[in-house]
Amino acid sequence: MAEPEKLPPASGHDKLMIGQSSAGIYLAHVVLTLGVLIVAFPIYYTFVASTHSLQTILRPPLPLLPGERFFENYSEALFGGVGRIGGVSVATLLVNTTIVALGIAIGKIIISILSAYAIVFFRFPGRMFFFWLIFITLMLPVEVRILPTYKVMVDLGLIDTYAGLIVPLIASATATLLFRQFFLTIPGELVEAARVDGAGPWRFFKDILLPLSRTNIAALFVILFIYGWTQYLWPLLVTNRNDMNTIVIALKKMISFADADTEWHLVMVTSMLAILPPILVVVLMQRWFVRGLIETEK
Amino acid sequence: MSPRVVFPNTFLPYLLVAPQLAITLVFFYWPASQALYQSMLREDPFGLSSRFVWFANFRKVLSDPNYLNSIEVTMVFSTATAAVALSTALLLAVMADKVVRSRAIYRTLMIWPYAVAPAIAGMLWLFLFNPSIGSLAYGMRWLGINWDPLLDGRQAMVLVVAAAAWKQISYNFLFFVAGLQAIPKSLIEAAAIDGAGETKRFWTIVFPLLAPTTFFLLVINTVYAFFDTFGIIHAVTGGGPGKATETLVYKVYNDGFVNLILGDSAAQSVILMVIVIALTAIQFRYVERKVHYG
Repeated sequence: MAEPEKLPPASGHDKLMIGQSSAGIYLAHVVLTLGVLIVAFPIYYTFVASTHSLQTILRPPLPLLPGERFFENYSEALFGGVGRIGGVSVATLLVNTTIVALGIAIGKIIISILSAYAIVFFRFPGRMFFFWLIFITLMLPVEVRILPTYKVMVDLGLIDTYAGLIVPLIASATATLLFRQFFLTIPGELVEAARVDGAGPWRFFKDILLPLSRTNIAALFVILFIYGWTQYLWPLLVTNRNDMNTIVIALKKMISFADADTEWHLVMVTSMLAILPPILVVVLMQRWFVRGLIETEK
Repeated sequence: MSPRVVFPNTFLPYLLVAPQLAITLVFFYWPASQALYQSMLREDPFGLSSRFVWFANFRKVLSDPNYLNSIEVTMVFSTATAAVALSTALLLAVMADKVVRSRAIYRTLMIWPYAVAPAIAGMLWLFLFNPSIGSLAYGMRWLGINWDPLLDGRQAMVLVVAAAAWKQISYNFLFFVAGLQAIPKSLIEAAAIDGAGETKRFWTIVFPLLAPTTFFLLVINTVYAFFDTFGIIHAVTGGGPGKATETLVYKVYNDGFVNLILGDSAAQSVILMVIVIALTAIQFRYVERKVHYG
């Protein structure tokens, strides 16, 4: 877990543009450092809290530096502590959340790449109608059709199932639009050449289109994984059993500020486990993430 | 669209769009049409029978003081969230545009909040500002501020706005940085040679040229504040204290799932759909414009 990094004071190394003063650059570094400190502080402080004892947390102010109970707290939380509070182990929660996040990301990518492929590379009656049907779903987020969608889930017996957590969220107008946009830039000659060489639609898709789409798929994957991992309203609606909860929902259930018995040190460890995986994905795949973010924008 | 080389196939394309269409029809169109239908039904108190009442539910909802309150709360919440998130991100992006050294590190540290679930963001902020164990709440009391967001509606609003804006800074920052990089440096240098100071250069050149990005982000931030912040409200305040932080989306959930007033909840859903459609339309109009102005 990295602490917010102390940045070196400014520098003669920043290239000055005409009209820029080195005092201005110095000020820029100060403002940025402050900004980074504020932005990273809540996450850093959660980490600090996760390494202190319950008693220290209950007596504010909490020290600014990590305590010495890192191993005790994390092993207690991982081996039984969270199970004692929430009824399910952290491992189950992490597995559930990973399944949901991966299911949503991969599911969305598969069904949108297929429909974009059909819409761009085939001509068939109803093509534009289907395109609009998919496009309009942009305007129907879960939030505006909560109850009837819940009812569909009950009727289909999807409450407390992985399918129920994943499938309704994988229709994606955004991803379909992105793939369509990209496919439209692929020159017709390529299709023609493939056909002359005897490649059918499947060969073309597998050997030409998929390899060309690699960067787009990676970029989308990062965005969609985060989207899946951070879902809240939907898992809240379709799970009743504790062992089907995602870690975000379980965390909400564990926290009670009114309750004097809340074991904050374990809650803080769980918070860290809930925010670390998506942060790692974003930071390690930063290049694709930034690209994906700026390109998926509808 | 230009004529393209395509595969001659009659059956395959239907197979390819089938999965997406099936999900769309079952989980989007069917429930949305149900919401429309139910918004015009009224059930008797025992849920045994219902009758068609046309727009009576809408009249009822729109004249309900609680609903009007929730509209006001949503307006205050989304305006404040967008204002804080946009101005902070713009300031930081302008600063990041000036420096070369450590730019990558700043960016890496700035994008963390994007990966944090809204509900968890809310919980982290509540942990910091909770009156009994929050360290920053302790600091505020030490400064002599009478801080208790669990009792004071205005302070509760400040807290949820802070958490919501904090989460959105990363996103806005990345877009502003991209927008700033697209502004030709020669333009700014020319103004500097003509004697325009830094502040003047910002307001007369950079800010106007950044307007498309800002407007786009304004729409995105509004959509975010309306719909994606349910987790923050649910985890931090539960709409309270009183109804001081009950946003429209939270109220749909609360009336439908907790209070089980189906007709009202459906009517509220339909009103929200109209809002999303309006916001999406604005967004696309703008995208058209951007293409024209290059």
